[in-house]
Amino acid sequence: MTVLDSPPTTAAAKIFNFPRNAWYVAAWDHEVTAKQPLARTVAGVPLALWRNSDGRAVALADACWHRLAPLSKGKLLGDEIQCPYHGLRYNSAGRCTSMPAQETINPSAVVPSYPVVERYRYVWVWVGDPDLADPDTVPDMHQMDSPDWAGDGETIYAPCNYQLILDNLMDLTHEEFVHSSSIGQDELSEAEFDVSHTDRGVTVTRWMRDIDAPPFWLKNMRDKFPGFTGKVDRWQIIHFEAPSTIRIDVGVAKAGTGAPEGDRSQGVNGFVMNTITPETARTSHYFWAFMRNYRLDSQTITTQLRQGVHGVFGEDEEMLAAQQQAIDANPDHEFYSLNIDAGGMWVRRILDRMLQAEGLPAAAAAAAK
Amino acid sequence: MAVNTQTWWQQGRVAECDDLADGVRRIVLTPDRPVHAAPGTHIDLRLDLDGHRRKRSYSVVRSEDGGRRLTLGVQLAPSSRGGSRHMHGLQAGDVVEMTGPVQSFPLGVGADRYVLVAGGIGITALVAMADTLRRRGADYTLVLAGRSRRVMAYLDHLVETHGDRVRVFVDDEDVRLDVASLVGEIADSAAAARTEMYMCGPIRLMDAIRRAWATHELPGPNLRFETFGSSGAWAAEDFVVHLPQLDRSVRVGKDSSMLDALEDAGVDVMWDCRKGECGICQVKVLDVDGRIDHRDVFLSQPQKETYASLCLCVARAARGGSGSGSADPAAVTLHLP
Ligand SMILES: Cc1cc2nc3c(=O)[nH]c(=O)nc-3n(C[C@H](O)[C@H](O)[C@H](O)COP(=O)(O)OP(=O)(O)OC[C@H]3O[C@@H](n4cnc5c(N)ncnc54)[C@H](O)[C@@H]3O)c2cc1C
Ligand code: FES
Ligand code: FES
Ligand SMILES: [Fe+2]
Repeated sequence: MTVLDSPPTTAAAKIFNFPRNAWYVAAWDHEVTAKQPLARTVAGVPLALWRNSDGRAVALADACWHRLAPLSKGKLLGDEIQCPYHGLRYNSAGRCTSMPAQETINPSAVVPSYPVVERYRYVWVWVGDPDLADPDTVPDMHQMDSPDWAGDGETIYAPCNYQLILDNLMDLTHEEFVHSSSIGQDELSEAEFDVSHTDRGVTVTRWMRDIDAPPFWLKNMRDKFPGFTGKVDRWQIIHFEAPSTIRIDVGVAKAGTGAPEGDRSQGVNGFVMNTITPETARTSHYFWAFMRNYRLDSQTITTQLRQGVHGVFGEDEEMLAAQQQAIDANPDHEFYSLNIDAGGMWVRRILDRMLQAEGLPAAAAAAAK
Repeated sequence: MAVNTQTWWQQGRVAECDDLADGVRRIVLTPDRPVHAAPGTHIDLRLDLDGHRRKRSYSVVRSEDGGRRLTLGVQLAPSSRGGSRHMHGLQAGDVVEMTGPVQSFPLGVGADRYVLVAGGIGITALVAMADTLRRRGADYTLVLAGRSRRVMAYLDHLVETHGDRVRVFVDDEDVRLDVASLVGEIADSAAAARTEMYMCGPIRLMDAIRRAWATHELPGPNLRFETFGSSGAWAAEDFVVHLPQLDRSVRVGKDSSMLDALEDAGVDVMWDCRKGECGICQVKVLDVDGRIDHRDVFLSQPQKETYASLCLCVARAARGGSGSGSADPAAVTLHLP
């Protein structure tokens, strides 16, 4: 519970703005190399990403000081990047180190360099005020590289506003309708759920007891307990951390073996790791992985789970793209909320407060920028 | 570190002004369209000087309340063409034409150590940087050099705020800044290659630091500077520009720049930064009677010594110390593009 200074707004913006003063994942660690720069736009800021010879990841604005040609199309020369157009070179701090055809360097020749932290198999960048960039505020995704967990994931290039993806993940009753062949089941929309929140986080908890395991979970149970049949207790505990990371603690255990009370030994547990990076108001990079804490050494299971979730998330992607198109095609229609949107609405409230603190409106500018 | 090099014009109102030090005014502006001014930014003002609209730049000493209050520190220039005199005449309530914050001197992130060097009024460009570095908990040193304590703006405030991190050098107390040892100390330190220096001050101080920096082979890009674009090796004198292609000669008064004088005479010349950085206004020198006071940072030292070309926006011809007894003004003969 928080005591309010002023009444909160409803924050029902359809195209949600994104905070700048936050860590966002720019790329998987393996995407950023010392061989060639990677172009990626994070929270509206085009970046050129690469690695120095000491392995440190670097993020510079992807526009040359001179005539704004994209540096990401340039060459890496040692620890410097060379503009592809007229050959200006910059070091990892964004300072120009060489100008062709003159003996000096214009003292104002510099491109912005952004704070970077590498953590949990991702390269995180901060495109807001660099003086507020505190590495301790990188969202917790420790399952990604913990020895107690195994798994892998992918990136979805989603043609929609990032907040639509957060909505999607904060309410999993959609599984019943969107993912009926894999993880959906009727009990999802019937089960009660709890919502709680802090200043930077929201948790939605749902337990379904004594139900049949849907196909995805039956397979996982049999990976751990060969030949398993029977009823299960199923859980989904959604953890949101601002601005756009959602970890979902999911699993099933043999019914009545005490999982809701804390004994998960008779079950299988996974964490669906999601972190969404707004690219523009209408496009997002959606980084996900599925991590499990059983049969850690089986690459087969890692691959099967990645492929399985890939299929499930493909269904979401289609829905999200269609939703964004419908939103854009119906500009005068509003959003309405259902009881199932409580988690998503708390997320909006937190994001709205972050935006207010930066003096930004909750609704992104109308143009597709 | 958003590099904002785009200029847009707006109106600003003078909220407050008072004296900071001898000959230095503090002027607080409240702009129409407030934007936070990051450390290192300046604003341009369009001033009416003797019937001409002239642009003058002033560093933002402090940006408060998201840029709703911008503080400037303006020194009255000894033989002012009017810019600083005009600024000193401003009163609370006056309206000025100004740009939003322009960034050409951004403070980097991630260096192991920062050394800020201010000569005289150059401190205005470094106050906000020092505050930011202190807030970041960075390792930094602030070096202040001036002619006398009376004219050094913000001296007490800075010593109070930054304590041991400040080193003060005052000419009339005979505690002079020794550039060689300052730079030598950096070169000998473990963090040498990851130390960034930010300097703003008289051209002679900055030239000396640049030379020492090069001698010690410290990384060139780590030496950052802002040029206030007006100080030279010799005091400004009247001089003459001969333009054989146009069969004309133009006289440049000591209170005008060569670029301004040529434009006022209707000569079409190309320029961009007007502060001796970009080299766009560079022209060939055919002959010199006297010396060239280059005042730019575009040409290298060896290039300057050849007298082959100069930057119209800042360079001057001068008799300098030597021929100052001569009655004839110095002259340059230029080849225009
Ligand atoms: C980015 C930037 C930031 C600045 N920040 C500040 C600041 O914070 N505070 C501040 O006080 N000033 C600052 N300046 C300097 C300021 O813009 C003016 O140049 C200064 O106020 C003098 O203007 P003026 O019209 O009064 O004098 P000017 O007529 O420009 O004369 C100033 C001095 O330069 C000599 N001079 C005259 N004409 C020329 C010429 N053509 N070329 C070279 N020298 C000449 C004069 O003899 C005199 O000593 C800054 C300049 C720049 C470019
Ligand atoms: S645009 Fe990069 S060097 Fe010209
Ligand atoms: S106009 Fe840029 S150096 Fe003269
Ligand atoms: Fe889904």
